[in-house]
Amino acid sequence: MSSPTDSYTGQVYTGTGTPTDGEEVVLAFDDVDVRFKTEFGSVHAVKGVDLKVRPGEVVALVGESGSGKSVTSMTAMRLLPRNATIGGAVNVAGREVGRLTERTMRRLRGNDVAMVFQEPMTALNPVLTIGTQMVEAMELHHVARGQAALDRAVELLEMVGIPEPARQMKKYPHELSGGQRQRVVIAMAISCDPKVIIADEPTTALDVTVQADILDLLRSLKDKLNTGILLITHNMGVVADMADRVAVMFKGEIVERGTVEEVLLRPQHAYTKMLLGSVPRMGSGRGQMGIRVNEEVDAQAPLAIELKNLVIEYQRLGKPPFRAVDDVSFDVRKGEIVGLVGESGSGKSTIGRCALGLIPAASGEFRLLGQDITRMNKRDKKALRKRIGVIFQDPAASLNPRLPIGECIAEPLVVHNVGDRKSRQDKVHELLEAVHLPREVYNRYPHEVSGGQRQRICVARALTLDPELLVADEPTSALDVSVQARVLKIFAELQEQFGFACLFISHDLAVIDLLAHKVVVLQNGKVVEAGPREQIMENPQEDYTQRLIAAAPVPDPVEQNRRRRERHELLLAQGEEIAELQINDVDEFRGSISEERDDV
Amino acid sequence: MNDKPDDTTPPEGDRPDQDRPPVPGSGREGLSPVPFPQDKAAPQDPDTADDVSDLGEGPDAGYSVEKQIDLSEKSYSQGQLVRRRFLRHRGAMVSLIGLLAITVFAFTSIGYGVIPGWWGKNYWEGALVENQGRPTLGLWPPAWGEHPFGQDNAGKDYFALTMRGTQRSLIVAFTVGLVSTVIGVVIGAIAGYYRGWLEAILMRITDLFIVIPALVLAAVFGKMANGGIWPLAFLLSVIGWTSLARLVRGEVLSLREREFVTAAEAIGTGSGRIIFKHILPNTIGTIIVSATLAIAATILTESALSFLGWGVRPPDTSLGLLISTYQTSFQSRPWLFWWPGMIILAIALSVNFLGDGLRDAFDPRQNRTAD
Repeated sequence: MSSPTDSYTGQVYTGTGTPTDGEEVVLAFDDVDVRFKTEFGSVHAVKGVDLKVRPGEVVALVGESGSGKSVTSMTAMRLLPRNATIGGAVNVAGREVGRLTERTMRRLRGNDVAMVFQEPMTALNPVLTIGTQMVEAMELHHVARGQAALDRAVELLEMVGIPEPARQMKKYPHELSGGQRQRVVIAMAISCDPKVIIADEPTTALDVTVQADILDLLRSLKDKLNTGILLITHNMGVVADMADRVAVMFKGEIVERGTVEEVLLRPQHAYTKMLLGSVPRMGSGRGQMGIRVNEEVDAQAPLAIELKNLVIEYQRLGKPPFRAVDDVSFDVRKGEIVGLVGESGSGKSTIGRCALGLIPAASGEFRLLGQDITRMNKRDKKALRKRIGVIFQDPAASLNPRLPIGECIAEPLVVHNVGDRKSRQDKVHELLEAVHLPREVYNRYPHEVSGGQRQRICVARALTLDPELLVADEPTSALDVSVQARVLKIFAELQEQFGFACLFISHDLAVIDLLAHKVVVLQNGKVVEAGPREQIMENPQEDYTQRLIAAAPVPDPVEQNRRRRERHELLLAQGEEIAELQINDVDEFRGSISEERDDV
Repeated sequence: MNDKPDDTTPPEGDRPDQDRPPVPGSGREGLSPVPFPQDKAAPQDPDTADDVSDLGEGPDAGYSVEKQIDLSEKSYSQGQLVRRRFLRHRGAMVSLIGLLAITVFAFTSIGYGVIPGWWGKNYWEGALVENQGRPTLGLWPPAWGEHPFGQDNAGKDYFALTMRGTQRSLIVAFTVGLVSTVIGVVIGAIAGYYRGWLEAILMRITDLFIVIPALVLAAVFGKMANGGIWPLAFLLSVIGWTSLARLVRGEVLSLREREFVTAAEAIGTGSGRIIFKHILPNTIGTIIVSATLAIAATILTESALSFLGWGVRPPDTSLGLLISTYQTSFQSRPWLFWWPGMIILAIALSVNFLGDGLRDAFDPRQNRTAD
C-alpha cells in the first residue's frame, strides 16, 4: 500500500555556486531517494536530492521538521534504520557509500565523515570519561594509540578551546557545561581529520552566546583544516552566519538552492519566501509578520505581579541549598507583556513556576494580583490560580495524551466548578474559534494534530477562565518558524482582545523584541538589566546584555557578517576571547596521525 | 544501496513502559530520525500529506508544515473510540468469546450454589467406573455419552469435576486479579505521587511483603482458611499486589514530572483528580498487562497451594487440584490431566489476549488493530 506523496511539482530554483563536473567534492548526493516501510504503508521521506559539498565549504541544508533533511544526511553515514530503502548514490570522499561492505563502512565513519549531533549530552556516553571516549575513536581507526592517543586528545581539546584540557580528560560528560560538551563532540569529530563533517543542528540545544562561539569554532575549523561541512539546521540566522551555499528542503525535495546571498536575500521560491518571512528579526522591532501588540499600557494599571527581593532556593541533600533566583525585583502591570530573558540556568523558568505557586519562595515578596503568595493557604492558592493561565514550552508534553482536546480545554472549568456541561462546551467552541481551530477538534486527541496546533490548544486552555495573568514559559521554542509566527500572531491578537498581563519567558530575543513592553534580563538568578523594550534592545548598558544581543543571529548574510564583526569587537573590548580553532601548524596536526591509520 | 533487508522493524512505541511521546530536543527520539507516522499530522503521513492547507491561512498556506486536521473522518468520543478499537481487535474478540463460553459453560452446566444446572451428575457423587473411566465424548458423530470427560478413580463424573474446578479457579483468579490490582495501583500511585515519608513507609511495607515467603503466609492463613475459596482469594491478593505497586510507582514518578501534570497543578487541580484523571489513565497499559498476568499466575499459584493442601480441599475442587491429583496418571489416563490442563491454558491465553486488546484500545496513539 505504497502511497508516495509527490505533492510538490512546481518549479525548482537553482542559483549559482553548484560545483561543476570534475571539481573536487568531498560529499555528493546523487538523486538520493529514501523510503521507509512502515506498517501504515511506505513513507517517501526524501525524493531525489542532489547536493555536493566541496572541501572547506559549508553547505546548509535548511528545512522545517519533516522535510527530510536529517534523513538525507544519515544516508551519508548509512545509519538509517533497517526499514529504509535508499535509492541513488552517495559519495563520501570519492567512494560510493552504498557499495561498501559493513566493515569498510565502519572504517569510513569517523575517519572520512564525522558527525556532530544536536544534543551533546546524549551524544556522549554518560558513564565514560571524556578522555576514554576521545581515545576510543582514534584507537579504533588506528590514528594513534596509547599515550600518543592521550596526548593527541589533550591537544584536540586545547584546539577547540577547552581550558585545562589535561584535567578535563578525566571528567565525565555531566561535569561539563553544554557548550564545552559540544566542543568535546567537535574535537572527537575532527580527531581523525575527516574530509567532511555532518553537523546536524549543532547549536539548537545551546544558548545564543554559546551558539555564536560554537559557530565561530566551526567556521575557523573548516578554514584551517579545509574540511567540508554539511550543516543541517532550521535556524536561518545560523545559515546566514555559517553557510557558503544553501539548499532549502521541503517535503523531501530541494526546492531552492544557491549561494547564501542568493537564497537569503533574493529568495525565488514561495516556500523560501514564506520561511524567511516568518523569522522574527533582531532589531526590526514591532510589526513584523503582521504581529501587532497594543502599545498603550496604562501606567496606573494595577500590578499583576510584584516581586520584591525574591529568593528561590532548591534544597539539596548534604549540600547547602542551590540559590536559583537571587534577589530579583520587578513588576508587571495589567495589560503589559514583560519579557523574561536569559540563558539556561538563569532562573527565568523558576520565577515562572513560582508565579504559578508550584515552588515556594525562600524569602522576599511575591505579590500576585495584589495578594502575597508566599504566605497563602491551599484554598486561597486555588482561588488565585483560577485567575492565572499558563502555557508551557512543549505542546506535546503539556497536553494529557489520554484526554480529548475539548476536555483538555474544559479542564479548568471543571476543576473550578464553573458552568454546566452545555456552557462548558460552548466556551470551548468559542475558544477554539479564537485560536483558529475548527470546533470539530473537540473530540480529537492531542496526537491527531500537529505541534503548532497543539500549542494553540494550550493557548486556548490557558485562556479558558479569562485569566488576568498569563505565564508563558518558552511558548514557541519547540515550534518551527512558520508555525511560531502563526502562534505568536494569535497570541498577540488574544492579548489585545483580553488584555491580560503576561510574563513571557523566552531565550529568543527576537521574539521578545516583537512582543514585550518591558524586558528583564537575567543571569545566574540575578537581574542584569531591566527596562522598557526600546531601551534594552536598542541601547543595552550592561556587558552581558550587549553580548546576548550581539550573539543573536539574523537571517541576512551581509547584516550578520557586520554583526559578527561587531560582536568580536565587543568581546575583545570586554576582555573575552573569540572562539576559534587553536592550531598553529596544520601539517604538524596531520603529521601526528599514525602510519597505521585505516585506509578505507 | 539495498544491502539491508526490507523487513519492517516493529514500532518501538508498542510497549506500555515505552509509550511516552518523544520530547523534541530531549535526545530521546532515537539516533536516526525516523518519520514514524505516529504523529498523524506529520507532513509525511501518506494518508494526510496530500491535502496540505490549513484553514483559510492565506496564499502561502500550501507550504505550511502544519496539516489541516482531517475532518472527513467521523469524530468519536473517548468511550466510543476505545470500544471501537477493542471490538476490532481480532485476538481479543476471539479470546473474549472463548472466555465467555468457558465461563457460561462452567456455571450453567452444574449450576452454582442453589441454582441447578443442566448437567445431571454431581461432582461429589461417585459411581461405577465404566470402561476404565475413558471419556465418552465423540467428535464424529458428536455425542456426549454418559461421562464426556471420563471418570476419576472413585467413578466421579470428570466433566462435573472439571466444571466445578473451572468455576473455583475463575472465581479465585478474577477476584485476585481485581483486588491485587486495586491495592497495587492505589499504593503505587500514592507512593509515587506524594513522595517523601509516605513513599518511604509504603515502599518499605511493599518490601516487607516481598521478602516474606508466600508459602509461609499460605501455611499460616491456609490453616485458618480451612479450604474456603474466599479466604484463599484474599490471601493471594495480599501477597500479589507488590510487583504492580512498584511498577505503578515507577510510572507515576516519571509521569508526575511531565508538563501536563504541572499544567494541571497550575490550573489548581486537586491531587486526587490529578492522580485519577491525569496520571493513572496514562499507566493503564501497565496496569492491564500486569492484571492479566496476575490472573494467569493466580491460577497456577492456586494449584500449587491446593497441591500442598493449603488451597481448595476435596471434596471441593479446582483445576489446579485436579491436575496435581492426577499428574501421576498422565501416562495411563491422560484425559484426567488434559481436560483441566487445556482449560487452564485456554483461560490464561484468552486473558492475556484480552489484556493485549484492552491496552491497544486504551492507547489513543495507535489506531491499528492487531490483525
